[in-house]
This record gives sequence, C-alpha cells and structure tokens, in this order.
Amino acid sequence: MILQLTQVQTFIDQFHILQDVSFEVPQGEVTVILGRNGAGKTTTLRTIMGLTPPSGGSVKFMGEQLNCLSPYAIARKGIGFVPEDQGIFSSLTVEENLSLAMLKKDEATKARLRFVLDIFPDLEYKLRQKSDGLSGGQKQMLAIGRAFVNDNRLLLIDEPSKGLAPILVEKLAQAIKEIKQHTTVVLVEQNFALASAVGERYVIIDDGHTVHQGLMSQLLQDRELQGRYLGITAIPRHGKVV
Amino acid sequence: MDIFMNLTLSGLSTGMMIFLLASGLSLIFGLMGVLNFAHGSIFMWGAYSGVWIYFRTQSFSLAILAGMIMGMALGWLAERTIIRRVYGRHVSQILLTTGLMLVLNEVLKAVFGPNIIAVPIPPLLAGSWELGGIIIVKYRVFTISVGLLVAAAVHFILTRTRVGMIVRAGVQNQEMVQVLGINIRQVFSLVFMFGAGLAALGGVMMAPAIGSINPNMGLENQMLAFIVVVIGGMGSILGSALASVLVGLAGVYTAWFLPEAALAVNVLFMTIVLLIKPSGLFGMGGGHNS
Repeated sequence: MILQLTQVQTFIDQFHILQDVSFEVPQGEVTVILGRNGAGKTTTLRTIMGLTPPSGGSVKFMGEQLNCLSPYAIARKGIGFVPEDQGIFSSLTVEENLSLAMLKKDEATKARLRFVLDIFPDLEYKLRQKSDGLSGGQKQMLAIGRAFVNDNRLLLIDEPSKGLAPILVEKLAQAIKEIKQHTTVVLVEQNFALASAVGERYVIIDDGHTVHQGLMSQLLQDRELQGRYLGITAIPRHGKVV
Repeated sequence: MDIFMNLTLSGLSTGMMIFLLASGLSLIFGLMGVLNFAHGSIFMWGAYSGVWIYFRTQSFSLAILAGMIMGMALGWLAERTIIRRVYGRHVSQILLTTGLMLVLNEVLKAVFGPNIIAVPIPPLLAGSWELGGIIIVKYRVFTISVGLLVAAAVHFILTRTRVGMIVRAGVQNQEMVQVLGINIRQVFSLVFMFGAGLAALGGVMMAPAIGSINPNMGLENQMLAFIVVVIGGMGSILGSALASVLVGLAGVYTAWFLPEAALAVNVLFMTIVLLIKPSGLFGMGGGHNS
C-alpha cells in the first residue's frame, strides 16, 4: 500500500471535520473518494498534504508517518496535489508554472514534461503566455500537468471536472487514464460517471467518517449504496463520462 | 529652466533613495503580508553603521557594504525571533514591530548618541558638473544611478530567476507554493533579509544626500515608504520605483513652490490612488494565506 490513513481526525478551527477516516491506497491504481458536499473529501486530501494537519490518527506514505511534516516536506516525499481551485499562479506564464514544480532538472523530469505537453497539447501552444488567459479546462490541464511533472509517486486530485464542459471532462478522463500508467492517483470527484470511468477502487466518506470502501466494480453493482451515500438514482453508462 | 532641471534631478535622487527603502517594504508586505513598522529603523541603523565605518575608513564603498550587512543581520534576526511568530496576524505584527522600532531607535541613541551627526559627501562624489548652464550635482547622479541599478537588479531577480519566480508565486498563493515542495519560510527569511539590506543601503545613500543623520530619520522616511508602497502596489517593484519617483518629484516641487504642503501632497496622492485602485497602481493582489 502506498498510502494508509488510520482513524484520522482533523479540526478546522473549532469544527471537527474528519472524525474517523481510514482507508488504504494500493500502488498503481486510481482510488476515488466519493461523498456528499461537506462530507470531508477535500479536507481528507488537505490533511494528507499537511495543509490541515491531523489532530489524531495516522497518515502513512510508503510506510512513513506524515503527521508532523510540513506541506513542502510532504510534497518532497513524492506527493503531488491538484487543489479544487487549481492553484494556478496567474501572474506567471504557463512555462513558469510548470518550471516552478520541477524540483530537479534531470532527464527524467524533462521526459515527464514532454509527456505532459503530449497529453495536453494546448499547454505547449501557450507556454509563453500568462496563465490568467487560459480557459478553465486549460487551467485544469496545467494544474494536473504541474503536479505530474515532478517525480511524484502519488497524485491527489480534487474535483478536476468541476466547472468543465462535458467534452473537456472526456479529455480529462483520458488524461487521468494515461497518467495512472505512471503514478498512483487519489481522486476526489462528484461526477460519478468520471469517477467510475477512471477509478479502480472507491472510498465513501460521510460526515467525516469512512463508511464504505472497495472495488469500483462492486459499487457500480450496488445501487442501494449509490442512492444512500451519493444520491445517485440512475447508473451512468459505463465508460461514458458525461 | 535650470531650477526646473535641478528640482527634477533632486526629486529623482530623493525618489531613488525612497525606492531603496520602499522596495524592501513592498516585497515584505507583498509576499509575507507583514506590516513591518521597524523597517525605517533598519534604514536608520544602516545609515549610522555606514557612516561609522566611513568615518573610520574614509571608504564609501566599505560604508555601503557595512550598512547593508548591518541591515541584513538585523532583518534576519528580526524575522527569526519576532516576525516568524506573528505571520498572518496583522495586529500582533503592528504591535511587535512598533515595539522593535522603539527598541532599535533607543539602542541606536545609546550607541551613537542622540545628536545630529554631519555627514559630508565623499570627495569622489562631491561637486557638480555644469552642462549648458545647468548645475548637475554629482552625488544626485550617483544616487539615481544606484537606484536604477538596484531596480534593474531586483527586476531581473524577480523575473529571470527561480527565486524570483517563487516570490511572485508566493505573493499570489503561498499554500500552493508549499505543496509544490518549496520551503516558503526559507524564502520568507531571504526576502526579509534582502528587503532589510535594501533599506539599509537607502540609509547609507541618504546620509550624504541630506548632509546629516539623526535618530528621527527612520520614522520620517518610513512614512514616505509606506505611501510609496500603497501607491505603487504591494509586491510590485515596478510600482515602487514609479511611485518613489512620483513621491520624490512631488515632494521636491511642492517644497519649492508651496513648502507647507510638501507631505500633504503625497498623502493626497495616496488617498486618490486608494479611492480609484485600492490595490495600488501595480498591485499584484495578496496571497498571505500561510
């Protein structure tokens, strides 16, 4: 297991957001965190990254405890993070955004940059442009590319489809499928069609607790579970993400 | 015409020295969200340390070096011991840095004495040239040149180096910089030290320009630096440079034609900018979210 969360608890100010979150992420797979709005999905990713440090329980990455590390130290362990708002530096060019994330300038990093530009060709055309001129979809591509361009073994991606047109969600799904050939992905996603198209495993968080986890193929069969925790009344056609 | 030229050169020269003080303040404020009320005191310590060395060595280059080292050392010490504890807490920052300002000012008086100390212009930079009936004071040309060089160097660092890229990104979103594996706190220390060094350089340069140093010079010039930062926009070196020139020129012209309104005109200018563009002329917007 590349990532293990055990009875994680997190407070934000006086609010007890994560009360008992436990799950494991196998290497080389896409694990999707599902749940209603406000269930604690984003906080779970931020807790792993050390942005909202856990007050209890343990977060282990490749067997190493992350609880007391600062976000930059956690990132240096090999975890990339794509926040919900993408976190693009609009005053920097696309190239500078990518370059900022490149902690090394070796051949492997250059190869990853090439890979990013190949799967997101829009970025290559706009390398020298200020990133505030990018569309929502291009910003998402840049955010994911930036997290991938460094030698990260795990990517945490928060709601990548939010606000994107259906055609872009299709592209995004394809990109995530290509990225997962190289790295493990933990994805927070409200779009169940996208989640089920790219995810191999799922974790459902409800009211700060892990309530279910398992294989995505099992969840796709379990309409009762989908209805109870995800509010889904109709199963999307498998493989179609819009 | 010669009065106009002299006033312009004088305004540019004053502006450049204010720029040295304000650029550090702007970076510290823009990147770290720290309201540093002790910045003027560091400027003054730079001036006194530089002058002290100058009187002993007669070398203005050594004076500049000594002043900057003193400024950077004070900046590093202040960041490590005081500022670091109050990131993100503006009220605490104001109280603590005001306290630091008082301590630095009093210690300075204890070390160097409370009296005004006359500072001559170094012989190499003294005197003037006459060009078509216009008197050009050498030291003003020197301060303008140093100011422009510093502005160009800081601009280069900010736009062409990785550290500069981190600073620009950090002004916008510190949290995101951290999750890219960059230790923003280390960058904070560096920026604070660098900003304090620039302020101290401004202090050393100012001493011969006004012909003396005194224990109030920090507070007097800090006020102008804050005006410059507000007008130029926090975190923007270009904004600081432009606003410094505007403040310098406005101050000199007003002092010539309407002396009693010299400071008021800059405050008025700041008010207008705040009303029209609260983030300043070239403000990058603030991240300060760590």
